[in-house]
Amino acid sequence: MIKGYIWKLSALVLILYSVIAGQLVHVPDLPIIHETIRNLFYHVCMWFAMFVMFGTSLVYSIRYLMSNKPTDDVKASESVYNGIFFGILGLITGMIWAKFTWGDFWTNDPQLNGAAVSMMAYLAYAVLRSSIDEKAMRARISAVYNIFAFMLLIIFLGVLPRIADSSLHPGTGGNSSTMEGLDFTMRLVFYPAAIGWIMVAYWLLEIRVRKQKLIRNLN
Amino acid sequence: MKEIRELFRKDLMLELRQKYAINGILLYVLSTIFVAQLCFGRVIDENTWIALFWIILLFAAFNAVSKSFVQESASRRLYYFMLAPAVAVVLSKMLYNASLMVVLGLLSLLIFIVFMGFPVFNLALFLPAFILGCFGLASALTMVSAIASRSGNNAALMAILGFPVVIPLLLLLINASSFSLKKTLLTVDILKNLSSILLIDVVIVTLAVILFPYLWRD
Repeated sequence: MIKGYIWKLSALVLILYSVIAGQLVHVPDLPIIHETIRNLFYHVCMWFAMFVMFGTSLVYSIRYLMSNKPTDDVKASESVYNGIFFGILGLITGMIWAKFTWGDFWTNDPQLNGAAVSMMAYLAYAVLRSSIDEKAMRARISAVYNIFAFMLLIIFLGVLPRIADSSLHPGTGGNSSTMEGLDFTMRLVFYPAAIGWIMVAYWLLEIRVRKQKLIRNLN
Repeated sequence: MKEIRELFRKDLMLELRQKYAINGILLYVLSTIFVAQLCFGRVIDENTWIALFWIILLFAAFNAVSKSFVQESASRRLYYFMLAPAVAVVLSKMLYNASLMVVLGLLSLLIFIVFMGFPVFNLALFLPAFILGCFGLASALTMVSAIASRSGNNAALMAILGFPVVIPLLLLLINASSFSLKKTLLTVDILKNLSSILLIDVVIVTLAVILFPYLWRD
């Protein structure tokens, strides 16, 4: 009983730490971004959590295709929905950041467009699932599409921004990568924050899966 | 191998017997290009040319490919299931759709040139990119049509599932086309552009071959 609480509590502590320390810690005064760099602790963590969730769903989809166990399908679909949730949070935090640094909520940036299209692919996954009635068929077909969607995610967020000529995001188009430019005190906040949010994402996933199991038992 | 050839032949014969499908798509391409010509006039800059051309071709591809699995009834699917391995079915469909797309694409290119003029492309890059692009669009959409056909056959689903899948390919194609407008092109640059398109094609075909058997069985 206690064991289950320890990692949840530590996730909360990590996030609380990142929220408080993220506002207090000394950050380098860079041109244009200035103090908004603190958003890095929240915005980037959302994308990390989203990536981990979609990766988890890929693993469960492959496992479903190999084993045909209904629980794998529930886990795969719930991690996709959870990933969409974190992706939307990442988009919102990113848009607010973009408004204050680049002057607009939406800019024509390869990374932004890629994020939008891959979110569309995962929303299409949700529509696909709701359009098939038969359970086994739904599980199989959505698992196949999920693998395609993850390939798109890799192409859009991993490959295309890197070969694009210009991007406002760091790490592309000749800009240095974020991690190289990050100074030590910021790392001390950023890494715990990322780990904390990923743990919260798994916590949410666990609750969602449990809810689905309850619903299934009721029917 | 034999199954692929026979299934390919069957699709081709069906197409030639009822020509309305291919004629319909050609008429669609013709009317869209005509509308574009009325709206934009003959003189458009190169980037608009490229964008218009690929958008028209994308919709032609959706129309041409979306019927490939939708036209197969459930009983006929069962029949194929007994006759041929799933990999042969998907490969024959992909090959057929790819050749259909190349023919359709070349015809649309011809019509487009007649109505809208032709910017000075470097053909050593443009033509291979075009062929590879048609092939990739056809195989990606074949797979999407297989997914959509198993889920109640609605046309809206084909569109929402298909667009995210073809967008990376489309971006690379538009990129390669505008790249081929440059006066001097190094062989390295040509190969770099072509290999990225080829890579996406290969990824799509590989995924389709691995995943299609799961879609095919009931």
